[in-house]
Amino acid sequence: MAKMTLEELRKLRDGKKTELRKRDSDGKSIQVIVGMGTCGIAAGAKDTLDAFIAALDEKKLVDDVLVRQTGCMGLCYAEPTVEVLVPGMPTVIYGKVDVAVVREIVEKHLIGRQLLDNHIQDRPAADIVAK
Amino acid sequence: MHFTLCDLAADIAQNAAESGATLVEATFIETDSEFRFIIGDNGKGMTEEQLERAKDPFHSDGIKHPGRRVGLGIPFLIQTAVQTNGTWDIRTRKGNGTTVEANFDLSNLDAPPVGDVPGLIRTMLLYEGPGETVVRRSYEGIHGAIDYEVRKTELVDALGGLENAGALVLLDRYLRSLDGTDETDD
Repeated sequence: MAKMTLEELRKLRDGKKTELRKRDSDGKSIQVIVGMGTCGIAAGAKDTLDAFIAALDEKKLVDDVLVRQTGCMGLCYAEPTVEVLVPGMPTVIYGKVDVAVVREIVEKHLIGRQLLDNHIQDRPAADIVAK
Repeated sequence: MHFTLCDLAADIAQNAAESGATLVEATFIETDSEFRFIIGDNGKGMTEEQLERAKDPFHSDGIKHPGRRVGLGIPFLIQTAVQTNGTWDIRTRKGNGTTVEANFDLSNLDAPPVGDVPGLIRTMLLYEGPGETVVRRSYEGIHGAIDYEVRKTELVDALGGLENAGALVLLDRYLRSLDGTDETDD
């Protein structure tokens, strides 16, 4: 494919804008925060982030979810770690999140609204909650 | 230990983004035999003494992660460069930002693979600290020639923010189209 220009990018984005406004009005949204510190990167957090983007794209959830990166969450032994915030559900950190677990999180947690008991690592650490 | 050179660069880029900088500039120059990156910020910089300590893997200022006794980003970079016939350089002045430069010889048997450069650029654009991040990338070799520059402010303007997963999907497609490595045909 030829190089995309900024203008083409803007047009692609504008095509989706009306849907976006609708969602912004209720103010709350689902957040997925991937730990991308030295430990996270070494354990493959980039693949985890890529997998989230691909899975959300596939499930048509891209306009409902914020995907963010953060540094180390203090759980280096369990990297890649992912914090998932769904309004109305407890905030949890999942550990050892590989591509298969990403798909499970998207299907069971984000869509099915159920926690994945086998992968829960922790609640957010105190030093990152303040942020 | 990091698997690819891009992972090493991501670590250094994260330091730059968290240095209190308003501007981070990165340049990636790649050929079939060489991978070179220069990542500079205008953040808080280091004194000579602080720089010496940053090279020690068993040192951390303990501010970001209270109680932690290691800081591995720069030590990993230096170790990999030294082991694979590469070079590295850190220029810094207290209050005036830091520039980290590294050069890897890809023909060296022990040199790590380059990794996913568009993915690295996306990661860099997502760091929250700096208002502006400018990334230049060039490649010349058997796969053709690539030469482009992206600016965070322009992309934020075009996409209306970068955190929404929809914006990330488009950002990823945009960066891969610049690289000529996207799989979609349209």
